[in-house]
Amino acid sequence: MDIFEILTSAAFWAAAIRIASPLIFATMGELICERAGVLNLGIEGIMVAGAFAGWIAVWAGLPLWGGVAVAFVTGMAFGLLHGIFSVPFGLSQHVVGIGVTLLATSLTFYTYRVVLPEVSSPPKITAFQPVEIPLLSKIPLIGPALFNQTPLTYAAFILVGLVALVLYRTPLGLAVRAAGESPSAVAAQGLSVTAIRMGAVIVGSGFMAVGGAFLTLSAFDSFFFDMVNGRGWICIALVVFGVWKPGKALLGAILFAAFDALQIRLQQTTIGAVVPYQLFLMLPYILSILALVLMSRRAEVPAALMVPFNKGER
Amino acid sequence: MRLEPIADPSLARRLLPPVLAIAGSFLVASLLALIAGGNPLAVFGAIIKGAVGSKFALLETLNRATPLIFTGLAVAVAFRAKLWNIGAEAQLYAGAVVTAVLGTGVLQWPAALLLPTIAILSMLAGALLLLGPALLKTRLGVDEVVTTLLLNFIFLLFVSYLLEGPLKDPMGMGWPKSPRLIEEARLPRIVEGLRLHWGFVLALIAAVALWIINTRTTLGFEMRAVGQNAEAARFAGMPVTGVILKTALLSGGLAALAGFSEVSGLKGSLTLDISPGYGYTGIVVAMLALLHPLGVVAAALFVAAIFVGANAMSRALDVPTYLADIMLASALLMMVLAILLTKFRVVRD
Repeated sequence: MDIFEILTSAAFWAAAIRIASPLIFATMGELICERAGVLNLGIEGIMVAGAFAGWIAVWAGLPLWGGVAVAFVTGMAFGLLHGIFSVPFGLSQHVVGIGVTLLATSLTFYTYRVVLPEVSSPPKITAFQPVEIPLLSKIPLIGPALFNQTPLTYAAFILVGLVALVLYRTPLGLAVRAAGESPSAVAAQGLSVTAIRMGAVIVGSGFMAVGGAFLTLSAFDSFFFDMVNGRGWICIALVVFGVWKPGKALLGAILFAAFDALQIRLQQTTIGAVVPYQLFLMLPYILSILALVLMSRRAEVPAALMVPFNKGER
Repeated sequence: MRLEPIADPSLARRLLPPVLAIAGSFLVASLLALIAGGNPLAVFGAIIKGAVGSKFALLETLNRATPLIFTGLAVAVAFRAKLWNIGAEAQLYAGAVVTAVLGTGVLQWPAALLLPTIAILSMLAGALLLLGPALLKTRLGVDEVVTTLLLNFIFLLFVSYLLEGPLKDPMGMGWPKSPRLIEEARLPRIVEGLRLHWGFVLALIAAVALWIINTRTTLGFEMRAVGQNAEAARFAGMPVTGVILKTALLSGGLAALAGFSEVSGLKGSLTLDISPGYGYTGIVVAMLALLHPLGVVAAALFVAAIFVGANAMSRALDVPTYLADIMLASALLMMVLAILLTKFRVVRD
């Protein structure tokens, strides 16, 4: 199979959309945080916690959407923790984020061992199944790629629309963006920068956790320790690549996922027989760095990103 | 609420928050131990016994502290200049790879010549690995946190490739490991018969050397100035970019020594699991040490004791060993808050 054949197959694009879905959730979550002025490096750990929380909830008997809700709330809890440290106390967002990632990851692994002490391989659940959308799924190429996915993938796309709508068309969105651009202007309006940023970090972290839960509830049907495997860090790069805009970040996630789907398929071709498989596995991370480098000149970083706001100071 | 600087913090104000932070992390661990069905006192008793309760345990703790001192110093020197190096894990492996390449018979030199050569080239490899992200930061403004994190994944895949390809031990029964180092490339034990190698002493020397650099040299002064306020440092005529790059070289080199010391001193060959995240744990070590080089030694010993002790505790009491990781992560978070509270007070509006 050559590259052209791969790129024109519906199965390839269906895989790309599937791979993109968890990235879309987590990237939207990070984008919300950063738009309000908070870099959330807790993302990697929050995705791990979300993947586990959603899965264990379903394993314990909740319906699949119940698992998604549990993941969301778990993410919000870690978001609250990150928010308290980084917003009112204004501590280094780098250090707090790494701390939250370490804490969320170790808490997850600990809970796993406490809940399932004896198992050698984790139990499976019945994951979300693809739902065919009538008519639309019959469109050649696009139909099977976009409209024969699991409900959680559809939710990811709806979320992008919602985030864009709220950010650009509502007073709340304006307040969030202003908190990330010019917090003192927000304060001058009589609004609480702290409340806006806290809210953004909490809700954003919730979506990161749902991104993690996509892995256990939709992409796979079980939980593994190294499941998230740097996806959180990749999402940070995707936010930059998407110039902090939901639509562009969505395109970035799909483009990125397409490369990922491509490298999996290339491993099985004649190229894969010559080139070591590790090189293919490196591609997503290398692409992320490239994306950061390419966008660095044009990046319109929120002006107050990583700048704590303390009313007493100005 | 808002924060108000305290002009002249009292001794209690400077000491109490850090002490409470450590106590707080013990409290968190106690609650979690209870949830897992363990008695906190028994759990901590087992951790202490497992960490320092016997000669064997104590040596194990010192051995575990060795790479943590190196990565802790690497993080401390970088963070002090506000260079957020989260890539100590990859830099450690860079040093380990150089050690495995040069120490397996390519260079048939006497130990007195071979060991320093390998150490220096290891440092160079780690330094170069961090130079990339540092240049991207200074030239293009690319956030080094993300690039160094991503490089960890890339470099580990590269090591995996080496161990399954060019560096694979033909006698390794298919395991992805390098051949064993020749005797001249091994860091000897400090005392014959005791399982502690000269890497530990090297780590202590590195800590003292960094302390001297920090307090007695222009570079040390410049690194702190850049960290405190890069704009002001630039305005004062300091070569800020150059300082950041030098910091990166120093930090990457220190982290690489952890890999050198683990392969040459402890393990004798390179595998993919020589570091269970020492690069990341180095962040916790550096923060607990308040970024002070000598504090890093104390913090690394503390962290190593918790890890070694938790392993023994887990075998004895059925409480997962991840309790140690939780304790350290919560200690990290509470410590940064505590440091803030030594300098600021919270005022209600």
